[in-house]
Amino acid sequence: MSEEATFEKVKSIVVEQLGVDEKEVKMDAAYIDDLGADSLDIVELIMAFEEEFNIEIPDDVAEKIKTVKDTVDYIEKEKKA
Amino acid sequence: MLLTGKTAIVTGGSRGIGRAVSLLLAREGANVAIVYAGNTAAAEETKQQAEALGAAAAVFQCDVADEQAVADMVKAVKTQFGSVDILVNNAGITRDGLLMRMKEADWQAVLDTNLTGVYHCTKAVSKLMMKQRQGAVINLSSVVGETGNAGQANYAAAKAGIIGFTKAVAKELASRNIRVNAVAPGYVETDMTAGLPDSAKEDMLRSIPLGRPATADDVAQAVLFLASDQAKYITGQVLNVDGGMVM
Repeated sequence: MSEEATFEKVKSIVVEQLGVDEKEVKMDAAYIDDLGADSLDIVELIMAFEEEFNIEIPDDVAEKIKTVKDTVDYIEKEKKA
Repeated sequence: MLLTGKTAIVTGGSRGIGRAVSLLLAREGANVAIVYAGNTAAAEETKQQAEALGAAAAVFQCDVADEQAVADMVKAVKTQFGSVDILVNNAGITRDGLLMRMKEADWQAVLDTNLTGVYHCTKAVSKLMMKQRQGAVINLSSVVGETGNAGQANYAAAKAGIIGFTKAVAKELASRNIRVNAVAPGYVETDMTAGLPDSAKEDMLRSIPLGRPATADDVAQAVLFLASDQAKYITGQVLNVDGGMVM
């Protein structure tokens, strides 16, 4: 899967989870500051990413994931590992 | 009817307070998932009684102390009924004894079922309820969790733990319109208390201002209230159903 495809999948999860417009979900969008997520949304997002991409996102990593780009970068890194 | 179209999971739903809760929720229109540990005959009997009230009911054998079994059970309930709107954490056991003689196995068994079981079940349904943006969790505590009781260090610790758990989770989930409350019964006539010595029963009766033990239905009525929209602005509370024992 290309980085672009990963981004598209992340975007669709974010749109579904947060109920935001697709256009708002840009690479540099921050979940809390730009997309209106709260701490429970973040937990649900992390769980949805784990399920969709079949990866484990440890708590210390999850704490550092603030933006869509953080998410895509981590998933790409895990795929190569 | 207060619960038309809702689905309720009642742990320890086959007997005692759990049976009364299952039947009352069924009477109010809920689909009822009766979760039981071992007594299949009692669970089936409760199911038949619920169906006789016109409700959809199903039994699920599940040890609430087993996290995976609980996750599987919740998934099965969701598959069968389509949603999980109400969770009644009622499953409980006793292994009474004075502290000096209490074996660790008896301590652990009571904590595992009565407190860790509440954690497992609430965690499993919370994921569904968060998506649904609504839900009600009712945890069965006990007056013993508030006052203590000689011979029940394990049970009192678990029941007090449920109160703290209830308040913490009520705060965590309130923004998703999920309410979490506890009911604290006093002395209830069930199989669990049937084996108590007569002297202990007499002592308890003297401490009840309303002058009689609770029936399982007395407790079920409080659970119904907290499960229904009548309590839609109530969360994080402990409702004592004890005839005035603790004030």
